[in-house]
Amino acid sequence: MGQQVINGLFLGSIYALFALGYTLVFGVLDILNLAHAAVFMVATFVAVALVGHGLHILLALPLAVLFAGLLGLVLERVAFRPLRARTDSNISGLISSLAAATIIEAVALEIWGPNITRFPFGTLPEGPANQLQLFGGTVSRLQLTIIAVAVLLVLALTWLVKGTRLGREVRAVAESPRAARVLGVNVDRAIAAAFFISSALGGAAGVLYGLAFNSISPDMGRGVELKGLAVIILGGMGSMPGAVLAGFALGLTEVFVVASLGGSWRDAISFAGLFLILLVRPRGLMGAAVTREA
Amino acid sequence: MRLAGRITLSLAAASLLLTGSARAETVVKIGAALSLTGPAAAYGAQQKAGILAAVDEINKSGQLKGVKLEAVVEDDASTKEQGIAVFQRFINKDKVAAIIGPTLSNTATAADRLAQDAGVPVVAVSNTAPKGITDIGDYIWRVSLTEGQVIPGALKRLQGKLGFKKAGLLYGNDDAFTQAGYTVMKAATETMGLQVVGTQTFAKPDKDYTAQLTALLAAKPEILIVSALVENASGIVAQARQLGWQGPIFGGNGFNSPKLMANAGPAAEGVYVGTAWNKVSTDPANQAFLKAMAARKHEPDQFCAQSWTGVAVIAEAVKLSGKGGRDDVKAGFLKVKDLPTPLGHFSFLPNRDGNHEPALQVVKDGKFQIVP
Repeated sequence: MGQQVINGLFLGSIYALFALGYTLVFGVLDILNLAHAAVFMVATFVAVALVGHGLHILLALPLAVLFAGLLGLVLERVAFRPLRARTDSNISGLISSLAAATIIEAVALEIWGPNITRFPFGTLPEGPANQLQLFGGTVSRLQLTIIAVAVLLVLALTWLVKGTRLGREVRAVAESPRAARVLGVNVDRAIAAAFFISSALGGAAGVLYGLAFNSISPDMGRGVELKGLAVIILGGMGSMPGAVLAGFALGLTEVFVVASLGGSWRDAISFAGLFLILLVRPRGLMGAAVTREA
Repeated sequence: MRLAGRITLSLAAASLLLTGSARAETVVKIGAALSLTGPAAAYGAQQKAGILAAVDEINKSGQLKGVKLEAVVEDDASTKEQGIAVFQRFINKDKVAAIIGPTLSNTATAADRLAQDAGVPVVAVSNTAPKGITDIGDYIWRVSLTEGQVIPGALKRLQGKLGFKKAGLLYGNDDAFTQAGYTVMKAATETMGLQVVGTQTFAKPDKDYTAQLTALLAAKPEILIVSALVENASGIVAQARQLGWQGPIFGGNGFNSPKLMANAGPAAEGVYVGTAWNKVSTDPANQAFLKAMAARKHEPDQFCAQSWTGVAVIAEAVKLSGKGGRDDVKAGFLKVKDLPTPLGHFSFLPNRDGNHEPALQVVKDGKFQIVP
């Protein structure tokens, strides 16, 4: 029991971290960035390459995250900004992000090949010496670190959005780009900042995921993408605390479904639960009432 | 020298007398349909090396007096369509006496029918699907052991060593291969009288197996028995060790890849896998095989040993029937008994599947090592 709670929290923290960046862009732009999973994957490969070149993981992680953030800026510039003036920019942005995801994945396939790779052995201390006994379960330091990093990033992001000038600008743009511009907000800059932060978070989730499961391949983002989508819908579109809560809820649900009913039921039960919650609370767990009308 | 050999010798002598010339050589063509490109290309390369070396060595040894083997190797591209095209060419154009291959069971289920209809004997050297190969007809024979033969043999051997009584089973239930492996494992636990304390499933895209493993370990098994493809297998092994499982893990044929050690690293130590080929066997036939491959600077694996055995079986059939026609080879297969091969002493079962003792290997110091 204790072990399963740890397993669920761990899985949930990765879902939450992935969904956090996803929901930030969603909240600001009202569009889904389907290339988020591709950024997640590329950041992992970049970290593996850096570690392979002898860099310590504590240095490789921030560099890979920075790379992911920059990739997010490129995505915003190439895939989203040219379409922003259009009336149907939500749909066309979705499609162009899908195209970007496909291109990034194809390039990754070309560079790193289809085989599953992993971080070099010894990237992180492993083995029984680095495991702790908690609540009747075994937990590795890595798992604890990942949960802690996830929680830390959530707090940092909340502070950034609620407590800084940049955050206020991003929220103003989310409310109404036109009004924000009238009030002197640099809209393009605010959106670019949102993309940078979102992709950096996605990249961080990717590197931690890669470290946790050591099963890194160009299609590694696909499984997480759908889960991430479910998490942001469940949490309430654009709500960051909601995404975190929903991430942990999904992780725990999955683990307990697998343990009690078997692996085949995992996605069926999880998504049925999602469906039921949306019937009762159409705006998700922590979604705000709709105040903006298109 | 065995009786069979002596008969062949006298037959060869007779034919020599009749023709009155030592140069009169019959050529027996063997068509090899191998996956040299496509997803199974890694296996095809090993098979090609084994077949060419075996043909070469048998011709050099002069054991088939008056008969020269000739291998025609063609690429089936790991697909059914190309496999069928290659079989048609072998049957109608090259007029081969026997066909080795194709590499994949999937291709064999389609291509073997052509050979059956044309009356050309086929020796499968890597098809392990239990159904749909040798049951196509009386011209289809098999050297490679099926999963159903390797897993029970190896598991029993392991139980003899470790003496476990309670097992936890884990398998991928969205793949025909891992599902079939599980069916065999489950049957084996029943015949061995093992108590199955828990059964869990996963899907191919999964990366996190901790929920399944935690549930299994809570039921206190003495061994974990896992049917998975190698990508999943590596993650399962690593996460089981992370959860504190120190006991043995027995894997199906999907574990039979060096990728397991590459991806799971030290966690793979103590993983047991059945195999058709005991590479450290000191049996003279295996030593001769190893020597022949070393002379060609080729590092052989199970697929190489199996395809070598395929050629050896055809040569033995030619020897036993005294002639090299299609039906002579087929008639000769019926008489193959306890033939020394790299795989051990080889015979055919009444259903034309191969039969020899499977071996058990364990991951030790990052390598598969045979458990004596």
